[in-house]
Amino acid sequence: MSSTSSEHQSTGTVAHGGEAGGAFPPFDSTTYPSQLLWLAITFGLFYLLMSKVVLPRIGGILEDRRDRIAGDMAEASRLKQESEAAVASYEQALADARAQAGKMAREAADAAKASSDAARTKAEAELADKLAKAEESIDKIKQGALAQVGDIAAQTTQELVKAAIGGEAPSKDVADKAVAAVMK
Amino acid sequence: MAGSSGNAIDPIHQFHINNFIDLDIAGIDFSFTNASLFMVLTVAVASLFLILSTNRRGLVPGRMQLMAEMSYEFVASTLRSAAGNDAMRFFPLVFSLFMFVFVANLLGMVPYFFTITSQIIVTFALAMLVIGTVTVYGFFKHGAGFLKLFVPSGVPGYVVPLVTTIEVISFLSRPVSLSVRLFANMLAGHITLKVFAGFVVMLTGAGAVGIGAAIMPLALTIAITALEFLVAFLQAYVFTVLTCMYLADALHPSH
Repeated sequence: MSSTSSEHQSTGTVAHGGEAGGAFPPFDSTTYPSQLLWLAITFGLFYLLMSKVVLPRIGGILEDRRDRIAGDMAEASRLKQESEAAVASYEQALADARAQAGKMAREAADAAKASSDAARTKAEAELADKLAKAEESIDKIKQGALAQVGDIAAQTTQELVKAAIGGEAPSKDVADKAVAAVMK
Repeated sequence: MAGSSGNAIDPIHQFHINNFIDLDIAGIDFSFTNASLFMVLTVAVASLFLILSTNRRGLVPGRMQLMAEMSYEFVASTLRSAAGNDAMRFFPLVFSLFMFVFVANLLGMVPYFFTITSQIIVTFALAMLVIGTVTVYGFFKHGAGFLKLFVPSGVPGYVVPLVTTIEVISFLSRPVSLSVRLFANMLAGHITLKVFAGFVVMLTGAGAVGIGAAIMPLALTIAITALEFLVAFLQAYVFTVLTCMYLADALHPSH
């Protein structure tokens, strides 16, 4: 950048074409127009480039990333909710099945008990019936037997009397009376 | 910055402006100079970096893209925190200012390179751009209400003239302080660097003892170089922050 000449001894301000004056360089006003012009050109260009190209691009990148992260988070929470719902419905189904199984078991037990009860009652009733019939027939037989006891006794009496006394056996009426008197 | 011309060690030499292409319009010198060259270079470096680094538009950024994104978000958050969300309309301006000043400062750190921010006219023009934007936008948006900027609310009546005078002076001194701060920092830093580096050259020319003694200024030169890199960033940042605060005034004049 540097030229070979030394600057300090030069007097007066030279408009252009080499070293600019003897003043302290930043305060040398002859260089101001050029600096201002080129600053305006370069900074203006830089501003345009920043506002039209670079900043929208970086802003877009950051926005995309934010959206992507937010989307991923939303997706994750959606999936989490879904899995939680699945777990809840599974547990519900399990509880339902359990309740159903318990109900069925109870019903089966109840039905079995009811049918066995019914069978038992029926058998008991039949048995009682048979018992009653048997008792009745026994009674009948007994009464029949009792009724014949007098006749047999009277005949026996007739035969005994005939054998003992000889002759004519007493009449049946007499024997009956005698038997009846004894059996009283 | 550390370029010495011939034998003389002249710390001011680095700020000289040399014409490369003469350009004379209506008797005024608009020549393309070394300052112009480095303005072009600054814009080219900053633009190419930002455009090439974001060319891939990666969802997952690479190193370069991350740097571009960080500079974007850095300036955006500075502007947003200083002037609110509605200040984002000035984001291209603030971002351009930050990148331009920052890259210009950094390029100035390269030996033999010209530092355009060490020219008061450049920093003053940038400062006037800011103040001009603030003033024009302030009056455009709030009309005469922009003048409330100079009359703080909640001040007792009898001190209003005094406070208003102070506010006006402080407003008028803004472009000066904004431009001189940047200019003076860059100028002083580069002169200091050059002076200490010059000591090293002079001492090493003075024989064996001189070479031994040159270690001190050499260490200082290294330290100041590191400091100057910090200053290069810091001054660009300060310029940006102040710009944001002045823009906040344009948006919300009643403070």
